[in-house]
Order: sequence, then C-alpha cells, then structure tokens
Amino acid sequence: MRSITKTFPGVKALQDVTLEVSRGEIHAICGENGAGKSTLMKVLSGVYPHGTYDGDIVFENEVVEFSDIRHSESKGIVIIHQELALSPFLSIAENIFLNNEIKGMFGLIDWNKANLEASKLLARVGLRENPTTKIRDIGVGKQQLVEIAKALSKRVKLLILDEPTAALNDDDSDHLLDLILHLKEQGITSIIISHKLNEIKKIADTVTVIRDGKTIETIAKIDVTEERIIKDMVGRDLEHRYPDHTPHIGDEILRVENWTAHHPQDSSRVMVDSVNLNVRRGEIVGIAGLMGAGRTEFAMSLFGRTYGSRISGKVFKDGAEIQTRSVAEAIDNGIAYATEDRKVYGLNLIEDIKRNVSMASLGKLSRLGLVNDNEEYKVADEYRVSLNIKAPSVLAKTGKLSGGNQQKVVLSKWIYSDPDVLILDEPTRGIDVGAKYEIYTIINRLASEGKGIIVISSELPELLGICDRIYALSEGRITGELPVEEATPEALLKLMTMETPR
Amino acid sequence: MTDTSTKPVRVAKGGAPSWVGAIISDLGKNGIFLALIAVVVLFSILTNGILLRPQNISNLIVQNGYILILAIGMVIVIVAGHIDLSVGSVAAFIGAVSGVFAVKMELPWWIAIILSLLIGALVGAWQGFWIAYVGIPAFIVTLAGMLIFRGLALVVLGNSNIGSFPEEYRALGNGFLTNVFGEFPVDPLTMGIAVLAIVGLIVQQVRTRAGRRSYGQDVEPLGWFVAKIVLVSAGVLAFAYALATFKGIPITLIILAVLVMIYGIVTNRSVFGRHVYAIGGNRHAAELSGVKTRQVDFLIFVNMGFLAALAGLVFTARLNLAGPKAGDGFELEAISAAFIGGAAVQGGVGTIGGAIIGGLIIGVLNNGMSILGIGIEWQQAVKGLVLLFAVAFDVFNKRRAGSSR
Repeated sequence: MRSITKTFPGVKALQDVTLEVSRGEIHAICGENGAGKSTLMKVLSGVYPHGTYDGDIVFENEVVEFSDIRHSESKGIVIIHQELALSPFLSIAENIFLNNEIKGMFGLIDWNKANLEASKLLARVGLRENPTTKIRDIGVGKQQLVEIAKALSKRVKLLILDEPTAALNDDDSDHLLDLILHLKEQGITSIIISHKLNEIKKIADTVTVIRDGKTIETIAKIDVTEERIIKDMVGRDLEHRYPDHTPHIGDEILRVENWTAHHPQDSSRVMVDSVNLNVRRGEIVGIAGLMGAGRTEFAMSLFGRTYGSRISGKVFKDGAEIQTRSVAEAIDNGIAYATEDRKVYGLNLIEDIKRNVSMASLGKLSRLGLVNDNEEYKVADEYRVSLNIKAPSVLAKTGKLSGGNQQKVVLSKWIYSDPDVLILDEPTRGIDVGAKYEIYTIINRLASEGKGIIVISSELPELLGICDRIYALSEGRITGELPVEEATPEALLKLMTMETPR
Repeated sequence: MTDTSTKPVRVAKGGAPSWVGAIISDLGKNGIFLALIAVVVLFSILTNGILLRPQNISNLIVQNGYILILAIGMVIVIVAGHIDLSVGSVAAFIGAVSGVFAVKMELPWWIAIILSLLIGALVGAWQGFWIAYVGIPAFIVTLAGMLIFRGLALVVLGNSNIGSFPEEYRALGNGFLTNVFGEFPVDPLTMGIAVLAIVGLIVQQVRTRAGRRSYGQDVEPLGWFVAKIVLVSAGVLAFAYALATFKGIPITLIILAVLVMIYGIVTNRSVFGRHVYAIGGNRHAAELSGVKTRQVDFLIFVNMGFLAALAGLVFTARLNLAGPKAGDGFELEAISAAFIGGAAVQGGVGTIGGAIIGGLIIGVLNNGMSILGIGIEWQQAVKGLVLLFAVAFDVFNKRRAGSSR
C-alpha cells in the first residue's frame, strides 16, 4: 500500500500511510484506539472502495482497484473483522459457504458436498465440530476458527485479522496464534492487528506502528521490543490542550470493593474482576484501559446494574455502604453516569434540550406528579448559559446539535441530578478540540465543587492531562494505580497490556 | 415583515416572534387540524350541507365516540413504541361481560360498569405483564390477545346476544344532557356549558401565558393570541349551537371531553407522561436516566385495557346489544387515528389532540361518504389511501426538515 490517504468528513483518518507486507510473512499492525489501523485494513479489503481514498494498493506486483469486498476476495484478500460476521442461526457449513454456495444440479445447493468440503476446511483449522452445528452453539474461539475456515474456502492469499484474540480466553488465543503460524507454513500471508504486545512478539515477523493516521516505523522481528512499540504508539507531545487544575482533595467519597461482574449472556465469563478503587472529594480519577478491558462494563454494572450478570462487590459512599441495584437507586445515592455513546444511550434525540436536561430529575421539578414546565425551562436555560450550549434556545432538538453541545446537554442532565460522584465515560469522544477544552473546564469546576469524578477514556493524553490519579484496567482487572506525577503513557500502556494469569 | 422594523418588537433569544412567524409556526404544528377542516368543508359542499346539520353533527360524535376513546389509549401505546391489536376484541369481551352483570345478573347499572372497567384493567395488566416483564413484543402479545378475548367474548355470550340493558347504562352511548330547564328551541344548558368551557379555556390560556412571561420566556404576539382564542371560541359556540338545537350534549361527548382533559394533562405535564415520551424516544437513555421502563410499559397497557373496556361499554350501550361481532376492526381504526394524527411508528412522537383529530377525520370520511351513498368497498379503499398519504406526508415533512440541518 502506497501513500494511502483517507478522509472522513472533518477528520483525516489516514495520512500518507505506506505499508509493505512481504509474501509469506506475519505482519503486525499496532497503534492506539483510533490511530487508523482498522481504517487502513478496510481500505485494503475494499470495504472503502477505490475512489474514496488516495494512493495505490499494489498486490502481487500489480495496482489493484477494489470496488467492494467480493472483488478483493476474488484476488485472495480476506478480512476477518473484530465483530465476527457469522449468522448465529445458520450451521457452520452454511456460514462458510454463505454467498459462495456449492451448487449442484439445477443451481440448487448440494448440501452433501458442502458439508464434506466444510469438514475438510474445519480439519485444516483444527476445529473438531460437525459442519451442521449451529454457530450460536459454539464458543467465540471456535467461531473465530470458522471465520478462518471461511477465508480458506475463498482460497485466501492474504488474511487480515482485526484484533482476533480480543474476545478470546488464553487457550483459544494460543490455539489461534498457532494456527496463524501454521497457515504461514502453507504460504498464507497474514496481517494481524493487535493490542497485545506479547502476542505480537510471539508471532510477528514485522511490526508496523501507526499513530494519528500516519506510519511511524516498521520494525523487523529482531529489533522488536515492547518499549519501542509503546514509545512509537504514544510519542506525541502533550500540548497545552488542558486547562490548569489545582486539586483540593478532601475525604474519600466513594469506595468500590471487590466489584465483579460477568457477561450478561455467558455468565461464566468474568468481565469485571474484583475491582477495587476509590475516589476522594475534589479528585479526578482516570480509568485507562484498551477497548474490551471492561471499563464501560465496570461503570455500567456499578450504575444500577445496567450491564452484566452475577454482579458482586460492595460500594461505600462517605464510608457507609450503599446499594446501586437500579438506576433510580444509584441516582438517589448521588451517583451519575454519563454514557460512552451519547446518541444511543445518553440522549433522546427527537426531544428538545429542556426535556433531556430534566430527564433524570423530574421528581425535583414536579408536584403531585405534574411537571412544572416553566421551572423546567428556567433550569435548562441556566445550564444552556453556564455550560455555553450553542443552540438558539432550550427548545432546540438535541438531535440537531453538534457532538460537543450534545455532550454538554448530557452533562447538564447529570449535574442537575446533583450527584456526589460523576462517572464520565469517554466524555470527549467525537468532539472537536475547542469543545474538549470546555468539557475539561466543566470537569475541573465540578471537582473544585467537591464532587468526585471518574473519567474513563481511551485517550491517554487526555487522562494524563486532566486526572489526579489513574487506574489501569486490563482484562477486567485493575493492574495498577499511578498518581498523575508518576504516570507516563509508557508506564500506563504497560499496565494496560499486562496480562494477568487466571 | 415590514412592521417589525417600525414598531419596537420584543426581540428575544429564540428569534423575534412576529405575527407572521407565529402563524406559520402554528400552522406547521397543526397541519392535521387544517386537514380536518379541509375534509369537513369538502364534504359539506359535496353533501349540500347535510354533513353540518345539527342531527348529523350529534351523530358524528356518538358514532365515533368509542373509536376516539380507543385512540386516546392507542396514541400513548404507540408513543411508547408499542402497538395494541387486541382493543377491538377486548371491547367486545367487556361488552359481553357487562351484559352478564347488568342484564343476566341484574346488578345495579353502576356496579356493572365499575366491575366491567376493572376487568378491562385486569385484561390490560395481563397483556402488560407479558410485554413489560417477560419481554414479548407487544405485537405478538396483543395479536394473541385479539384471538383470546374474541374467543372469551363468544364464550361469555354463549352463542347468543345479550340485549335490553338498563336505561342508565344505555345513556353511555345514547343519552343526552338536555332539557333540564325545560324545553327550548335552543337548549340553554348546552349553551351554558359551552360558555363555561370557553371561559375555562381563556383563563387557562391567560394563566399559561402569564406564567411563561414571568419566567422570561418568549410568548406569541398578543394579537395572534387573542385571535386564536376568538377563533376557537367561535368554533365551540357554533358546535354547541348545533347540539343545542338538536338533543343537547351527548353523554358520550361528556365522557370524551373529560378523557381528553385528563389525558392531555397526563401526556403533557405529568412525570408519567414524560417517561412515556422518553421511552419512545430512546429506551436506553430513559433507562439510564432512572426511568423504570418496565413499570411504565405495564401501566400503559393497564390503561389501554381500561379504555378498551370503556369503549366496549359505550359501544354496547349505543347498540343496546352485546354481540359477537362487536368491536370488529376497532383496533385498526384506532391505530389509523393515531397515525393520521401524527404519531410516529418508531415511537416518541404523538399527541392526544392529534389522535382525536385523526379519529374525527376518519369519522367525517365515513359519515360523509355514507351520506353520499358511496359503497362500503370504496369507503374502505379511501380510508386506506388517506392513512397512507397522511403518514407519507409526515415522512416527507420530516425528511425535508432533516435535510435542512
């Protein structure tokens, strides 16, 4: 791939990226969340067709212009996405040959042959399952193998795996990595996107690091060290993008002990593993973790058990144990949670600012079950002014606001619920730089009012810029805690990628 | 717009409210009301004025009362993102049950009515349980309910009709509030109530306006405010005059008026109403804001069951007969009314007023086409087209508004 540039409205996702993968090697791509790894792979596999990006893709010495995925697959490039693209109610064989069916007489599907072929493919990936088993009846690890079998059925030459082990346990991960090495012996080239540095060291022949949509460097296997990769991944300067913040830290306001939550469907999978943490008055505490580390899962299971099953652990506020079994109970106990995805979980986009601001605190605005409209308007308007929400009036629909202003509406809603502890999940995702600064200022102001703030973010510079103390989370466990003075991106990334033995 | 530059107009944050702007914005919001007026005018002309004869206006109300009652409950169900297909069957079932209470068991009429309404609420609780707490889609639960309660209605009736209801019961559908002060060509009670209603309306409007002003919010220009009240008052008076020269105020209309007032407040001003809109707008966000979504869903269906029962009583009273075919197709008319009245299929949008107007449009279409002697087959087709075009118009409007972001 030569000089690939891909822009989305308002963002340059990839800038002049060049990636060279030799035949028969395993090439790892590293980078922080949002660095552009997945975008690059989508360009390569034709998800973003030719014409929507600049630059050339050269495959087997010829320039290729893919119009869609089928086109790239016909050349032997297959991508396996992080979210598996299998249909749960179809059998393994049906999934393998989906849209690539083995036809017999009269153009009808020859199921006997399909199942036979499927079992051959399954043998190649080392999966001992009947091809007629339904996908939902096998685990994620095996589903991953089915995806690879599907790729093999398409006579794959270049296999792209987007974080293949993110959802797998250690055994399944090992099996998958062995399989990738095995495929290499059969002459199949792989590109693997991964966060797990030890994995990369184990299997990759070459590593390319991408940051902010640019290639930083390509390292050969003998030169690969974790330190070097981490440095490449984060090495950006922390400009003055964060308002000054002098903490006035008081007594402990929230303490969570041994908080454990399991996956909502698969209740044997631990998603949040004995988390202990505390927040003091006036303190901004960060939670750093890679995607899938259990950050949001922790916050949502804590906030009214809106995520997970078999949740256990204790929560103390001001030293006394409290319960947070429902959202209403959590709010009553002075906890607020501003969600990661404000459009899906945070706002009623078809309603106006006023009604969104009042949503979590209607009790305060009502008497005998009737809401005082005028008071509601007044409250919302006060927040519009004090948080500088750019809208003609509080009667504007939130769906029409920009991301930054929407986030301010979400913050207004939770500030008005008058919490003692605010959990902010990715408070600045998808927001432009100016609005980010304003959000940070609001967070500082809330802290100086004596509230305890927990900020969850996948942007390390942001955590380092605004927090007083940072916890690192990896695979559902707290792997370390650093005061901001001692925290560096390198140190945090090391903790965030630390794998804990189970 | 030229007068805005010469006169000192209060310019506020939300953009200057001008006469023209206020009228346009009101017309935009009340497009469905204009559609009703257009339909009324059209059929008045086509029927040479028969549509607007006092007797026909009175008939319009009593013939559509039960659909309007159902539409009130249905719009709440739809706003929350559900649907209820069972209301026609529930109405039939409750009609039959009330027949057993009032005719076969000869209970006092008011006990029969109260018991019937309670059973209606229980039916709603049954369906609400499956929808809210078990998590089965309302479409399935109420489709099952449509069959279950139609069946139960037949069981209760035991293959026959129940008729000859007590007179007080029959008044629900046939009664008129009239002649309390003796016989007059124009009933004074009807006119008196109309005047009271207008005074109430004016007091309420003025208080709302004053309240908004005291909180420093923008209000529409005084002239347009007064003009609107005058227009509405004139409409109410004309309507009341028509009723007063016929038999007076139908009891059905009184029931409807009370329901519209109560449910108007519930949907607009109550915490419960807010929760319904919040759930319909974004269920996840509502839940994460502390709304007890299951409880709200459950109550919505209890309420729908109650209103379906009331509609069943009114219908039975009007026919003076509880029969097996009662309530056939009511659910579709009620759903149509809500959608014509601007409710959104995805939930989150819809008003009681809109549903009532939607129901009246269907009513006027039915009535007008019957007067014209158009066959039932064409009536069906026309109503179907009106529903389709009304929703298509709405979709078109939204798309235009969306693209101008």
